[in-house]
Amino acid sequence: MIYLERTARARSVSDMLETRPAVYDSKIEGNIIFTQVDSAINWMRKNSLWPMPMGLACCAIELMATAASRFDIARFGSEVMRFSPRQCDVMIVAGTVTYKMALAVKRIWDQMPEPKWCIAMGACASTGGMYRSYAVLQGIDQLLPVDVYVSGCPPRPEALLEGLMRLQQKIAGEHPLRAQKPALTSELEGALA
Amino acid sequence: MTGQELLQSFSRLLGAKLLKQTQFRDETTFEIEHADLREVARLCRDDLSFDYLLDVSSVDNFGDDPRFEVVYELYSLTLSVHLRLRIRVAEEIEPDTVSDIWPTANWHEREVFDMMGIRFKGHPDLRRILMWEGYPFFPLRKEFPLEGKASEMPDVAFSSAAPMEGGPFVTMPSTATTKDREPRARRPAGEH
Repeated sequence: MIYLERTARARSVSDMLETRPAVYDSKIEGNIIFTQVDSAINWMRKNSLWPMPMGLACCAIELMATAASRFDIARFGSEVMRFSPRQCDVMIVAGTVTYKMALAVKRIWDQMPEPKWCIAMGACASTGGMYRSYAVLQGIDQLLPVDVYVSGCPPRPEALLEGLMRLQQKIAGEHPLRAQKPALTSELEGALA
Repeated sequence: MTGQELLQSFSRLLGAKLLKQTQFRDETTFEIEHADLREVARLCRDDLSFDYLLDVSSVDNFGDDPRFEVVYELYSLTLSVHLRLRIRVAEEIEPDTVSDIWPTANWHEREVFDMMGIRFKGHPDLRRILMWEGYPFFPLRKEFPLEGKASEMPDVAFSSAAPMEGGPFVTMPSTATTKDREPRARRPAGEH
């Protein structure tokens, strides 16, 4: 196990490993939480998912309702709808993606910094919906990786919130440190073994 | 002068230029030669107070000759009269624009061009309006498949054919009513 409060002082990996397991005494050391780096990162990520509201059709109305006071997406830390892709974590594709719009959606997705996730909201964004047509892309997953599909035409705000909570569960199971610092984690695991 | 009197006097005025006059549910339709379109349009606007062009649309009578129809919906705001003008155009014919007579026709004619491929002679800016520049087809023509066709315009847009099997809104080619053409109607009784 890696202890967070010691990593700040440790100069190298071997320094970190030399420290003995600490004993938590709330009278001496208040406000200290023991956790794993992965869990801490996931906890921070999943509770402040800033959405890119890719509102393309009527689903965007339900997306706005989800953000408004009755359903209040702020309860899940996602109230910060940003219209700049540079500041976004999750793209909510809400509506019919026409072929004319498709590459613009892809371009905005490419402009979002990692880590990023995608929710396909509603039938159109997921599969093209009722538009089996010359003009409509048959699902945004043909252009970018979708994490959560929300069914409905349009989905109720509760359904979108459920999708957001599913995404939070998914993020909680990720291994961000291993993904981003493979050399460091393998060194740590090797030293511990 | 009431609207009906106006239309009657108008039909007398046109004489031989009026190919056919139809009356359906108090709506009057005049069919004219496409060569006479501009002259009749000017007459309608200047002398008969049809100051408002509601819509320009087109019909593809695939297999007929001439193949297309272009339909102009006119309205007189002063007399509250509606009039429909219809011209028939063969595939190689370019009908004249009316965008200088009613400026609103500019975008309507662009839409007709975009969807049906009818080019308007004298139009100041005949570009596509709904589909992107470089899209190679005219999607509302009868020979164009419902599911669309694949196309590629690098850095602008692409398109591909949509899967049609089992789609809930896909109808079968037949003259039956919608109830019988839709796949839901073809399911065995009791299954929903």
